[in-house]
Amino acid sequence: MFDLSGKRALVTGASGGIGGAIAKALAAQGAEVALSGTRVDKLEKVAGEISGKTHVLPCNLSDLAQVDELVPQAVEAMQGLDILVNNAGMTRDNIFMRMKDEEWDEVLAVNLTAAFHLSRAVLRTMMKQKFGRIIGISSVVGVVGNAGQGNYAATKAGLIGMSKALAQEVASRNITVNTIAPGFIASAMTDELNEKQRDAIMNQIPAARLGTAEEVAACAVFLASDAAAYVTGHTLNVNGGMVMI
Amino acid sequence: MSEVEDRVRKIVVEHLNVEADKVTEKASFIDDLGADSLDQVELVMAFEEEFSVEIPDDAAETIQTFGDAVSFLKKATA
Repeated sequence: MFDLSGKRALVTGASGGIGGAIAKALAAQGAEVALSGTRVDKLEKVAGEISGKTHVLPCNLSDLAQVDELVPQAVEAMQGLDILVNNAGMTRDNIFMRMKDEEWDEVLAVNLTAAFHLSRAVLRTMMKQKFGRIIGISSVVGVVGNAGQGNYAATKAGLIGMSKALAQEVASRNITVNTIAPGFIASAMTDELNEKQRDAIMNQIPAARLGTAEEVAACAVFLASDAAAYVTGHTLNVNGGMVMI
Repeated sequence: MSEVEDRVRKIVVEHLNVEADKVTEKASFIDDLGADSLDQVELVMAFEEEFSVEIPDDAAETIQTFGDAVSFLKKATA
């Protein structure tokens, strides 16, 4: 039902937990996948765990010159591009009154501006093909905010607004643009939480557990598939019931 | 009628689903032929492909009518 044979995908932040899981899940459905990120050894590792066709395309998303090379590289490597997953993200947490310009700018550049550049770059190919799937990985924080993450929350909410605008522009061209807003997903970051922090989080989650990267990846597979052709401008909340809107 | 005109007209007719006789020299893609701004981008992409030229964004913005397209492409391919 969610077959992606013959489809070509580019996943940013593919060395991370969620990005790697998305790359693997798309590949498992038959997609050819280009993995992008800054940590080449980790990208190679993810690529090694995928039996289908993969390409490792290192890219530092805070450098716009590199960002603008990425889509042409992916299109050349795969002879086209059907699915773009803007997954890469970073945090530089600080309370508003202490937040430095650099902390704001850096997070905006990687999380939002790079996603804008990459989405703009894939449109030409997708319009010609009359098919495309653009998926942005937002966050529950972009939906409800989070103290100490003004910059991060702005980018994650920004992705949602950007996707809705773009979705309206290109819907008639068979290109869908959606976002996924994960809640607390088990990762290296959540492993570091102490018991008290963990309990506080669990109290907010009706499912009473953290989500898995695979559960986020499954949503990306759905949105990338033909089955989701009529879903666009949507934000899929994957948060164990933490926020229901 | 020049060969360039014929090729441009064919693209416009196909992309915008209009009658060939509506595609006159002064016909504006948006005002007369029902194109939206995205159609205009697609037309430019189709011209680029058909004539193997690159049309930069600032030049693309000057191509508002069928006549604009023909004269631009005549120059570009001369």
